[in-house]
Amino acid sequence: MNAQDLSAFPMALQGDNVPMVSFKNVTKSYGSLVVLDALDLDVAEGEMVTIIGPSGSGKTTVLRMLMTLETINEGVIYVDGEPLTHMPNGNGLVPANRSHLRKMRSKIGMCFQHFNLFPHMTALENCMEGPVHVLGLSKKEARERSEELLALVGMAEKRDQHPSRLSGGQQQRVAIARAMAMRPKVMLFDEVTSALDPEVIGEVTNVIRKLVAEHNLTMLMVTHQMGFAKDISDRVCFFYGGRIEEQGTPDELFGNPRRERTQQFLSAVKEAV
Amino acid sequence: MSYLEFLGQYGDRILSGTLVTIVLTVLAAVLAVAIAVAAGLMRLSRNALIRGVATVYIEIFRGTSLLVQLYWIFFVLPLFGITLEKFTAGFVAVGMNLGAYGAELVRGAILSVPKGQWEAALALNMSPAKRMYRVILPQAVLIMLPPWGNLLIELLKGTALVSLIAVADLMFQVKQINGTTFLSAQSFGTALIIYYVLARFLLTPFMRWLERFMQRKLGRA
Ligand SMILES: Nc1ncnc2c1ncn2[C@@H]1O[C@H](COP(=O)(O)OP(=O)(O)OP(=O)(O)O)[C@@H](O)[C@H]1O
Ligand SMILES: [Mg+2]
Repeated sequence: MNAQDLSAFPMALQGDNVPMVSFKNVTKSYGSLVVLDALDLDVAEGEMVTIIGPSGSGKTTVLRMLMTLETINEGVIYVDGEPLTHMPNGNGLVPANRSHLRKMRSKIGMCFQHFNLFPHMTALENCMEGPVHVLGLSKKEARERSEELLALVGMAEKRDQHPSRLSGGQQQRVAIARAMAMRPKVMLFDEVTSALDPEVIGEVTNVIRKLVAEHNLTMLMVTHQMGFAKDISDRVCFFYGGRIEEQGTPDELFGNPRRERTQQFLSAVKEAV
Repeated sequence: MSYLEFLGQYGDRILSGTLVTIVLTVLAAVLAVAIAVAAGLMRLSRNALIRGVATVYIEIFRGTSLLVQLYWIFFVLPLFGITLEKFTAGFVAVGMNLGAYGAELVRGAILSVPKGQWEAALALNMSPAKRMYRVILPQAVLIMLPPWGNLLIELLKGTALVSLIAVADLMFQVKQINGTTFLSAQSFGTALIIYYVLARFLLTPFMRWLERFMQRKLGRA
């Protein structure tokens, strides 16, 4: 990777209304394939932003870069005002070291399309794993916190089951509780209902609705469920070819899309339903 | 001499040899597992030097004969000032050799744990070491237990070579009995049966039990 010129990027975002998440001129490519093309994206604290778009448009990549699962080729991502994978050094930014990365990661939680629960742990143990072994909470505290969250997602009764005994919808709800147990400021949801049978999608979307209503979380969600996106988001971003083709409130974007590609995508999605 | 008379006369020596073989097998297996885990993890290290050391070790011990390795450890190392008692040299050679094969099992099993498990552990902000031993290794163990069963049978059979440096194991005893009685069929036939029984009726059921035990422990049963 070429060392990029970072002098144009501030060491931290300051002032009023610093966004919780801020992509500044972020580019990601695999070889010659540009997946994110000079992306600028701000998400305010407490905001729920949904990303929609055709397959391969870079939606998952946005979330994975925020979770530090992918490296960044160009640009800087800021979370809570601080650079995510860079850190200040003297009067410039340099690639972050391990302890900076760990500090920044603690602000972010992620739920995956295929849940990725730890199969060798029960639902409760999955939720307690991070609090005990990362945050250093006592078993008792971690258990209380986890049981509360399992109750919130409606999984209190299944807390002693291993994931292999749970349905997809149940596993996903445990996965949400597991991520929440780390008390992140930003939650990322990557197509969390795509691997589910239609009849259980509602139990997961209802949990997300509850989180939106009861917690002041900043959320970034990738979904193919336009109806859900429409009634839950503060803002919807339509991605196309690694860029934001169009964004706006759900009413604007779904009710009155201005760009041709957005219109095409939305009518294609409507037909598929 | 009938076979019963043969057993009556030499049973003690055969039994003592069998016990030596069992102890050798257990010690070599413990060593092999330890080496396999260490070398398997080293092969996955990000550090090229650590990876290189493990690769060279595995190449040498898999690429050359166990017998030659045994002779090196027993006859050549003393020239460099490292003298091992023959029993020790015996299980160390077998353990180091099978450990090299085991390292590839460990590495393969770790790599076959789904990528999503690493990512979920990272998303929980777990350190690389915790990701490995709290999340990945427990799952890898379940994947690698069946091939380890085969490897341990190889290890048991491999211990027969230590008779060549005069460790009084089963093979050594029956060779001695054969040397004085010339009852080859009885001597080596008995050894054949004992090795088979150890592998088939001790080792295999033990590994099956271990698999079931781990499955239950990891919630897969
Ligand atoms: N590790 C990788 N190596 C090479 N190419 C990759 C890699 N990961 C993703 N890509 C490519 O990057 C592009 C964007 O991928 P991404 O997963 O972000 O798409 P997406 O918008 O989430 O699509 P989908 O709706 O299918 O999930 C795709 O063309 C994909 O093939
Ligand atoms: Mg995707």
